[in-house]
Amino acid sequence: MSSDDISDRKGPPTAAAKSIAPGLFGWSSDLRRSWQKWWRNIPTPVRWGVLGLFILFVYALPSLGLPLIPTQQSDFTSVLAGSVVPYIMIALGLNVVVGMAGLLDLGYVGFYAVGAYAIAVLTTEHASLPWLIAMPISVVVSMIAGVLLGAPTLRLRGDYLAIVTLGFGEIIRIVALETDWLGGSVGINNIVAPPNIGPIKFIGKERNIAFYYLAVTLVIIVYFFLRRLEDSRVGRSWSAIREDEDAAELMGVPTFQFKLMAFAVGAAVGGLAGTMYASKSRFILPDNFELKLSILFLAAVVLGGPGNMPGVIVGAIAVSYFPERLRFLNTSRYFWFGVILMLMMVFRPQGLIPRRLRARRLNSRAGPPGPPDKPEPFVDVAEGDPDLEGGSRGIAPA
Amino acid sequence: MASHLLEIDHVTMQFGGLTALNDVDFTIEEGEILGLIGPNGAGKTTCFNVITGVYQATNGEVRFQGSSLAGIERHKITKLGIARTFQNIRLFPDMSALENVMVGADAHHRSGLVSAMLHLPRHRREQEDGFLRSFELLELMGISDRADDAAKNLPYGYQRRLEIARALATNPRLLCLDEPAAGFNPAEKVELMGLIRTIRDQGYTVLLIEHDMSLVMGVTDRIVVLDFGKKIAEGTPTEVRANPTVIAAYLGEVEEDAS
Amino acid sequence: MTFDQFVSTFWPSTITGLVLGGIYALVALGYTLVYGVLRLINFANSEVFMLAAFGSFFAVDLLGIPDRLGDGSNPYKSGFSLFATLGLCLLISLIIGAASAVVVERVAYRPLRKRNAPRLVFLISAIGASFAIAEAVGEWGPKQREEYGLAKYFEKQTLFTFFGARVRNDYVLVVVAAIIMATALVLFVDKTRVGRGIRAVAQDSETAKLMGVNVDRVILITFAVGGLMAGGAAFLYEVYNGTARYNVGFLIGVKAFTAAVLGGIGNVRGALLGGLLLGLIENWGASMFGANQNIGTMFSFITLVVVLMFRPSGLLGESLGRSKA
Repeated sequence: MSSDDISDRKGPPTAAAKSIAPGLFGWSSDLRRSWQKWWRNIPTPVRWGVLGLFILFVYALPSLGLPLIPTQQSDFTSVLAGSVVPYIMIALGLNVVVGMAGLLDLGYVGFYAVGAYAIAVLTTEHASLPWLIAMPISVVVSMIAGVLLGAPTLRLRGDYLAIVTLGFGEIIRIVALETDWLGGSVGINNIVAPPNIGPIKFIGKERNIAFYYLAVTLVIIVYFFLRRLEDSRVGRSWSAIREDEDAAELMGVPTFQFKLMAFAVGAAVGGLAGTMYASKSRFILPDNFELKLSILFLAAVVLGGPGNMPGVIVGAIAVSYFPERLRFLNTSRYFWFGVILMLMMVFRPQGLIPRRLRARRLNSRAGPPGPPDKPEPFVDVAEGDPDLEGGSRGIAPA
Repeated sequence: MASHLLEIDHVTMQFGGLTALNDVDFTIEEGEILGLIGPNGAGKTTCFNVITGVYQATNGEVRFQGSSLAGIERHKITKLGIARTFQNIRLFPDMSALENVMVGADAHHRSGLVSAMLHLPRHRREQEDGFLRSFELLELMGISDRADDAAKNLPYGYQRRLEIARALATNPRLLCLDEPAAGFNPAEKVELMGLIRTIRDQGYTVLLIEHDMSLVMGVTDRIVVLDFGKKIAEGTPTEVRANPTVIAAYLGEVEEDAS
Repeated sequence: MTFDQFVSTFWPSTITGLVLGGIYALVALGYTLVYGVLRLINFANSEVFMLAAFGSFFAVDLLGIPDRLGDGSNPYKSGFSLFATLGLCLLISLIIGAASAVVVERVAYRPLRKRNAPRLVFLISAIGASFAIAEAVGEWGPKQREEYGLAKYFEKQTLFTFFGARVRNDYVLVVVAAIIMATALVLFVDKTRVGRGIRAVAQDSETAKLMGVNVDRVILITFAVGGLMAGGAAFLYEVYNGTARYNVGFLIGVKAFTAAVLGGIGNVRGALLGGLLLGLIENWGASMFGANQNIGTMFSFITLVVVLMFRPSGLLGESLGRSKA
């Protein structure tokens, strides 16, 4: 029972690890314990099998004709490819910034826009690059945007950062709106689609399925690399920063560097999603990137549980699918997102998905930010140490 | 005398109208356990904050192994070899005990984005090394049985010891403990004293803020006494204990901690 | 080319900048007060503003005050009836402002305070509240997403010119009213017992509690007062601008917050200074590009970033580590 979680690290356990850690146990809840016992007891090949089946199921989803949308199947695929899966990717990206590193970014739509505009500019008359080249470049451009935004602002306190990122999102939109070279209010047209791969055609009637496969593949790749990040010095540093940035710094974590890294990774993923969006809809407008989307993205992450990758996927699905499925929610969706944000913060800031039901590895995090459970709060050592937080305190005698 | 591990050289720390440290001057030698005591508000934690780079001294200089710490960023000071615990525990609440310590171990690691994503050898090596070392430290502190519990769910005694483990994981030369025995019962305090001695025997130097006199007298080699930001005495425990200025400063406070 | 535009329109844009700035200043006061007391950016303050604006628009309509015929006969009020109309609108704006601010505090923030939530959680809730209110009005409000114009009852006349720039009566009204309201607030915070309570809680709520201050009530009053300011600003906005939409709050809000930061967050006089300055900066920026309001907005945001980077405690705020005893 006890040694399985050390040996559960990726790869074969080392003899040393097994001998050093004979007595490890201690799940935080019985439910988790029984789930993990059950899951762990399944032999590894079978677990891979289940995972494989799940992935196959996902790929096959559009063809299964499930009655999940009250209209035709092609609409379902379009919704999946155009909205659900891209939002999953965005939620994963925003999760890095908000959930893992604890940086409240209210302008994530800006990176989405940068990715979309980059590929638009690169593939239309401005540059006419082929899609396969323009796409990675766009992602890199997005990443650079993340670094550019972060460099001057990540030294700010959390609340200031929030409003600055909000401004950034708007600035991107305004720049796109006011710059003729970016199409102004008319936008950019005729964005190139990905090249066809055999029977998978990105143009014409079958494009929805093609984009769906592409998007799912990219999401899987992104998820894979993000999990590796989570499981490493980078992810731990992000968690430490989120939990207590000052203490993290004093434990040797170069916080600024890692915060910037979080922004860069988040921006790259957001930009990737933007390129997908632009390639699929073939034309973009500044209006496509309004502030409200940032709230939608944030709602997806919050609903699923910041920091919890499977959770934010579920959150993204909820946020993108239900407004489509339940038509009456459609135009009022942002109202409901606002309400969701408020309710979640009061009742369950950790998200809908219970604390990670993942196997306990040496790397697993024990959950996202939330109010401390014990009555003994971690008192801020900064009480009376005004320099440990930024900003002036109180209202100066006027 | 360039052999001091740490030199607090006439350090003054002012916050607006408040002078928290006033021309404080002392040294710490390698391998010793130095106690920093004084009534509440004397400036002990402020002293820690100056040493660890949380504040920049208004005047004076802090030198570690001969070189000045002025202007050096906090995480770099940790990498240079100074680690600390906190008066009010500052663990990473939602991370497990083991992960908390591993963050400390990461201080000297260098794997970044690319290493982690591609599982390059450096990443794998550092993961292994970090994990093993962290677990060993948990065992040293006697808390390895709850390595996977979230830090916020640990009993108070475990939390205090976890903070020490985490600080040790950064591989410091100087370990600064800020009231590590607060809230402990006498038996736990005795255990802590043994732990501190073990830590010193393993090669670390310890700077200790503590209110419990018996603990301080029992475990330290030398003591520095602060009051209202000034150093009022320095010497061996016996010397300090008999010093009339020190006694006067503490007048009205119970000598043996009755908690 | 753009600089010429700036120079040639300098005085007009300065004057309207001050007018705009007055409105920003009042909304900024709401942000700065709440931030000082709770260390929270009250995103919903912008929606309080919006609600107050809508509210008094409605009241005016409902009471049939503007001349319904509008068939060429002079609808403008004057003399007593004008004052009465304006007074009524102002009153309604103030009431709605204060009331909605208090409701927001109760619904969105108090439950979190009771649970000792971390700041990130407050911020998310704040932005959720802001969105929920704006979208509710946009979705189910009387005018939904359209712009809602006020019937004219107030004739805008040029009172005099200043270096060739027109100074209208509504400009004067806005600036004077803003100054009066802000001064009243400054006196309130400085001189009254409640104001002292607010300052005490802002500096150290634990100690304030120990000193017998009812922290919950102080917070409530802070929100109410901030709401009053926002309500006043809404009224002035209505006089000056004459239209509103469900999302009018957002931009005004972000800029007002910028103004609060510019002057020094938590600093009441700073909010005033910041508001006026920001109004000027925005208008000047806009004038360089042909009175393009979007560009003006960009200037505001850039100002925010620059101020936060180089002087995070603002122009008048105290710098860290040197807090007054």
